[in-house]
Amino acid sequence: MERLFKVFSISFFIFLSFGLLASTSANDSTGSSSKETAELYNPVPDVMHHISDAHDWHFFTFRKGTADEWHFSIPLPVILITEGNLDVFLSSAFHHGHETVTKGDRVYSIDEHGHISEVSDKSILNFSITKNVASMLLAVLILFLILRKVAKSYRKNNGVPKGVQAFIEPLILFVRDDVAKPNIGHNYKKYLPYLLTLFFFILINNLLGLLPGAANVTGNIALTLVLSVFTMLITNFSGNKNYWGHIFNPLGSSMGWAAKAPLYLILLPIEVLGIFIKPVALMIRLFANMTAGHIVILSLLSLILMAQSGLGTGGAFGVAPVSVAFVLFMYLIELLVAFLQAYIFTLLTSLFIGLAIVEDH
Amino acid sequence: MVTGIAAIGAGLAAIGAGIGIGRIGGSALESMARQPEHSGMIQTNMIIAAALVEGVALFGVVVALLQG
Repeated sequence: MERLFKVFSISFFIFLSFGLLASTSANDSTGSSSKETAELYNPVPDVMHHISDAHDWHFFTFRKGTADEWHFSIPLPVILITEGNLDVFLSSAFHHGHETVTKGDRVYSIDEHGHISEVSDKSILNFSITKNVASMLLAVLILFLILRKVAKSYRKNNGVPKGVQAFIEPLILFVRDDVAKPNIGHNYKKYLPYLLTLFFFILINNLLGLLPGAANVTGNIALTLVLSVFTMLITNFSGNKNYWGHIFNPLGSSMGWAAKAPLYLILLPIEVLGIFIKPVALMIRLFANMTAGHIVILSLLSLILMAQSGLGTGGAFGVAPVSVAFVLFMYLIELLVAFLQAYIFTLLTSLFIGLAIVEDH
Repeated sequence: MVTGIAAIGAGLAAIGAGIGIGRIGGSALESMARQPEHSGMIQTNMIIAAALVEGVALFGVVVALLQG
């Protein structure tokens, strides 16, 4: 172990010094200061492109910036409804924005941010299978297969669980016994399907988003918005008299109505806003955690490209081990955050449901 | 002056998160040292409180992202 550490640190310093020496000598040998005056690589557009949605699933590009640029990407179907007309075509018809697509009397074009618009500004309903939708459908398929296998083996095995069941069943029991039951009380069975679906859906999408080339599904604010809308609807439709009483009559019978009226002027708007702000907090928490994690990993990797544009290839080789070490560390944190955010979303949902159905003291 | 201000805002939000979660972790560890038999419950509540504090800090980060 000590010897490994020694070997690692010595090789690390050799790499770093080699990189720095190579970069300075490269600069001297070319003799020009053109490296300094050339622009430093700006990682922001590429990072933003990686975490955003797109109409094709782009994996990598060979020989970028040259004449034989070659992209490896899967074009995805574009499904548009314009003034009652349904148009379906593959996004490769756009040829990366160089061409427009004509269907009937509608002419569609795509801009560099991936927004599709119609030439005469007709309003478009965009139901395309984008990268995030395709990734979400893949995650749903994976989840369905895994959980169906777990259910089948639960029915067959009567003893110690084996295989996939041994991994998933503790998670299911954890959600039931440590999240649903303590927070919701004796009525928990009614809400358990929703909580389990929520937990596993967020977990699988968080984990899939960590793979290289994957889509940032849970970092899409529209998806987290939908999940928190579900939570808000379920919470408010299960609300009993106590719940609504606490919102619209927080002070209860402790004072006469004349004393309550000025206080309610301030309290009631806050309570009503609170109905919406709690799910909004859920939405932003999941979205920001996932997106921020992806941005940090991508930025640390972009350091290598920035070193290449600023210090030359030798500098890039020198920065690479440091950058990859940091990225490895960040990946471990991101694994933890994937589980943690799924747990927190489910926990807070069950907490809100529990608060809504609490019986009289 | 105006160009970097989104980044400064994000950094301040990170300071807030750091202080908040640091205090939560500190008091959780202290209480676990006092009563080791309740470690599980203390840990669960620590995670809940940390996620809530982090949620607020991430509001700040999101505003910084929108601005910058």
